[in-house]
Amino acid sequence: MFSDLASALIVTRREVRDQFRDWRILAPILVLTLFFPGLMNFTAREAVSFVSRYGAPVIGDRLIPFLLMVVGFFPISVSLVIALESFVGEKERRSIEPLLSSPLTDLQLYLGKLLAVMLPPLLASYLGIGVYLFGVHRQVGWTPDPILLVQVVTLTTVQSLLMVSGAVVISSQVTSTRAANLLASFIIVPTAMLLIGESMIMFWARYNVLWWAIFGQILISGLLIRTGIAHFNREELLGREIDTLNLKWSWQVFWRAFVGESKSVSDWLRRGFIQTFQRVCLPLLLALVAFTAGGIVGAQQAQIFVLPTELMDINNLQQGFVQEIEGFEALRFFSVESVPLVWMHNLRVILLATILGLFTFGVMGLIVLMLPFILIGYFTATAARTGIPLGLFLTAFVLPHGVLEIPAIALAGAAILRLGATLSAPAENRTISEALLHSLADWAKVMLVLVLPMLLGAAILEVFVTPGVALNIFGN
Amino acid sequence: MIRTEGLTKQFEDFLAVDEVSLDVCAGEVMALLGPNGAGKTTTVRMLTSVLRPTRGAARVAGYDVVTEARKVRSSVGILTEDHGLYPRMPAVEYLDFFGQLYSMKPEVRRKRVRELLGQFGLLHERHQHIGEYSKGMRQKLALARALLHDPPVLLLDEPTSAMDPESARLVRNAIKDLRSAERAIIICTHNLVEAEELADQIAIIRRGRIIAKGSPMALKQMLLGPGEFEIRLATTLNGSPAALPPGVTISAQGPRWIRFRTSHPETDNPLMLRALLDQKIPVVSLQEAPRSLEQVYLEAVNAPDGREVLDVL
Repeated sequence: MFSDLASALIVTRREVRDQFRDWRILAPILVLTLFFPGLMNFTAREAVSFVSRYGAPVIGDRLIPFLLMVVGFFPISVSLVIALESFVGEKERRSIEPLLSSPLTDLQLYLGKLLAVMLPPLLASYLGIGVYLFGVHRQVGWTPDPILLVQVVTLTTVQSLLMVSGAVVISSQVTSTRAANLLASFIIVPTAMLLIGESMIMFWARYNVLWWAIFGQILISGLLIRTGIAHFNREELLGREIDTLNLKWSWQVFWRAFVGESKSVSDWLRRGFIQTFQRVCLPLLLALVAFTAGGIVGAQQAQIFVLPTELMDINNLQQGFVQEIEGFEALRFFSVESVPLVWMHNLRVILLATILGLFTFGVMGLIVLMLPFILIGYFTATAARTGIPLGLFLTAFVLPHGVLEIPAIALAGAAILRLGATLSAPAENRTISEALLHSLADWAKVMLVLVLPMLLGAAILEVFVTPGVALNIFGN
Repeated sequence: MIRTEGLTKQFEDFLAVDEVSLDVCAGEVMALLGPNGAGKTTTVRMLTSVLRPTRGAARVAGYDVVTEARKVRSSVGILTEDHGLYPRMPAVEYLDFFGQLYSMKPEVRRKRVRELLGQFGLLHERHQHIGEYSKGMRQKLALARALLHDPPVLLLDEPTSAMDPESARLVRNAIKDLRSAERAIIICTHNLVEAEELADQIAIIRRGRIIAKGSPMALKQMLLGPGEFEIRLATTLNGSPAALPPGVTISAQGPRWIRFRTSHPETDNPLMLRALLDQKIPVVSLQEAPRSLEQVYLEAVNAPDGREVLDVL
């Protein structure tokens, strides 16, 4: 372990020394470390003095911690540029090949470079924070709460890790710095949004919420590091000479994975599909856990965001429900035409979840599919609170079509999770593209054989059976 | 020392290297020749365990390139086509860095770095940034890097391409010394004169396949046919010599010279001389007509697809 780290540090030392020889990296770091905190000190002093004159000292109180976060963030923004330069720049200049021909493992190289691109901007950031704190203490006498300081320093560190680990993933997929810079918007835009969110928290002064931001970023960084390690290997780095999308080859790989060695449709269902199903078993379990958690979260929210009781009063509900039934014709329940509408709606949701899941290791896809379960949990708990029996509520509104829809969504969630997770999992004897195409084939099989037919069945039940059951239970 | 069997590499739907089988012993130099994009670099990358073969097997310095990748990389010195230097680093620091990567002890590293910089005439410029080096100096430095850990196997891509004749001679001599020191060496080159001078074996690769392999002499014999000899005459010859030994064919003729081909020069050449002397035609000299490796190479790479591999090892 320590010898592994020692070898990684050889790379780190070389890269850091190289960075300090490049004035293009050194100049912004120095400016952001020494000049920028001074500027922020000046801004803080002037702002505090200005708002105090108009009786709004609270703005000044919130501005100083906010500027502390900004001072910490600016130097680490340089780490993104250094990361792109270090990973893809070296690949583009072809100086990476002798390094890859050395006895270092992929992990040692990854770790060495990760530390090299993170350490100088982070040290600059910590120094900048120090300079700012010293200045602001001297000028306006402000000293941060130690916990807030720990939060800001931790936040700065995880943000740097987040950007760098994201940059590595991008760098491993391209062969030129230009392409990497273009794709870097996938990091810059979410980071900017994150920063806006954190700024709002700072002005809101709910500093406890910062822990959630830190926790979320650690999770995402963990996933990105896992992905980076999977992608940063010799085969991926040198096996790709130009950034091309080979559609013909992609289709061939997909089709081979989709059809497998099956000789007929029955053979495909018997053998090929069973194997696919076995592969999605673990993600299925995870999806079911997530959906159950969604239901519980929904039920908990019902205790926090309480609906007025009259809305959920059983008598009012029955009355309102009868009125609604009268409008059923307009909503086209009990109509064949509605079946494709309901079916297509569910398919659109699955498609959206798939697209989101593909870019977020399956996480966002799963969250989208969790939303109905949160709502079910919320309304079931609300109904139960107002005296409607839990079983009755579920039987009336959820179960008739949920019998098919819930398993279908769970299966879709499992396939999406597997598809997204492929990017972060090392592909044995396969390139990332091949592994992704194989997972896409599994996704397509699950959709075609199970999810689509089950959702169609669920749509039929939702249009014809559920309203009937609800009518019988809650109608007069 | 280097042995591959059916080594194959496929990138998506592109077959870069197809069933390559090579065998290079210690103290042997193999020149890997072929047009650009033929698969030379991919083959070398598989031999350094940088790329994983799609099929086939390879052992380098006794280690399997897939299962013992780290040991393979420790045993190989590689000179890449693009030298992969860091322009902001001084040469001495650069070599020291690679010495550390190969786990060389500090005192061994310092001694070896100095020795190699001296050997390639870079000692005075050792503290200069590599960015200030000329192309030839960079190439020599990259070669020094490949030799730094004294590896038993060397894979050299275009080792003298950017060098002036004097430096190129220095490097060629270094390669000969390494061969004498029982190193197994593969050179990828377009310099056929250099390949002929250095190589014990030639392998010609085209579209990922080895299309001809053997010693330079054997390949010439195989691809260019029987040896050609030239006789210079003292007087002008009118017409062909009257009686030629059986198996000898005149390939070209001038007023005072004749070129002929024979598969058995040891018996046919004295007979040829006797035939001329019998006809009272005075002979000035008899010598083998030079045949370059370039002819062999062009013959091999321009041959139609599907021809069987010429293996004359």
